[in-house]
Amino acid sequence: MMFVAAGAAVLVAILLFLVRALLGPTTFDRILAVNAIGTKTVIFVALLGFIAGRPEFLDIALLYALINFIATLAVLKFVEYRRLG
Amino acid sequence: MMTTLLIDVFLLCLLVITALGAVMVRSLLAATLLLAIYSLLMALVWVSLQAVDVAFTEAAVGGGISTVLLIATLVFVGRREAPGPLIHWPSAAAVIITGAVLIYGTFDMPRFGDPAAAPHQHVAPHYIAQSMNETQVPNFVTAVLASYRGYDTLFETAVIYTAGLGLILLLRGARTRRRERRR
Repeated sequence: MMFVAAGAAVLVAILLFLVRALLGPTTFDRILAVNAIGTKTVIFVALLGFIAGRPEFLDIALLYALINFIATLAVLKFVEYRRLG
Repeated sequence: MMTTLLIDVFLLCLLVITALGAVMVRSLLAATLLLAIYSLLMALVWVSLQAVDVAFTEAAVGGGISTVLLIATLVFVGRREAPGPLIHWPSAAAVIITGAVLIYGTFDMPRFGDPAAAPHQHVAPHYIAQSMNETQVPNFVTAVLASYRGYDTLFETAVIYTAGLGLILLLRGARTRRRERRR
């Protein structure tokens, strides 16, 4: 039950970040929203494992945290320098 | 069971909102970021369906690599969409027709989780019963990918490697040529 409540809270948080990503006046609001949704994804993958009764996939959540980093870096580099190289 | 269903419905609603937002928004950078969010949400749907390997691929390819590739495209084409009507009707018609055909195709699919469905009757029982004996791999999805379909996976990797190598050579060539012209 605790996991379900936590999962509901994370889903509401994702919804709020999504609103920020859709409305966000500046690019940085949107980048922050993507990054925050990424971290919420990590948490939610972990929670889903416990909700479904299969917590063996917890390590997958760790790998998500690593992936989340790459896209944010690329976007920030593009915004700052107008190129990737 | 009810909880997972509610989670799925909520996630799918978020997916629709994100997809519509990515189409409507005029800044291409914002659309790229919304597509990254779309991939992350899609990965959550896959995890919720217990398809963790697919979810992982979705997050790595959709959220990571395609975002970087789309950003690399934006370096060349600029950040703003060319002004024009919000809905391009011929492409909208093509998308709607393709979507309708795909939905029509799902009517022939077996019921979700049906143990009597054809894919679960063919070689799957053999893999479930024998993969541990035959390959010594504890996870049978990994056993299928890396052992039973080992050659398939090997040559898939070769194809992707060749494609990446070709792309690097093409882009590198274009850049050197531009630099020569500048001199």
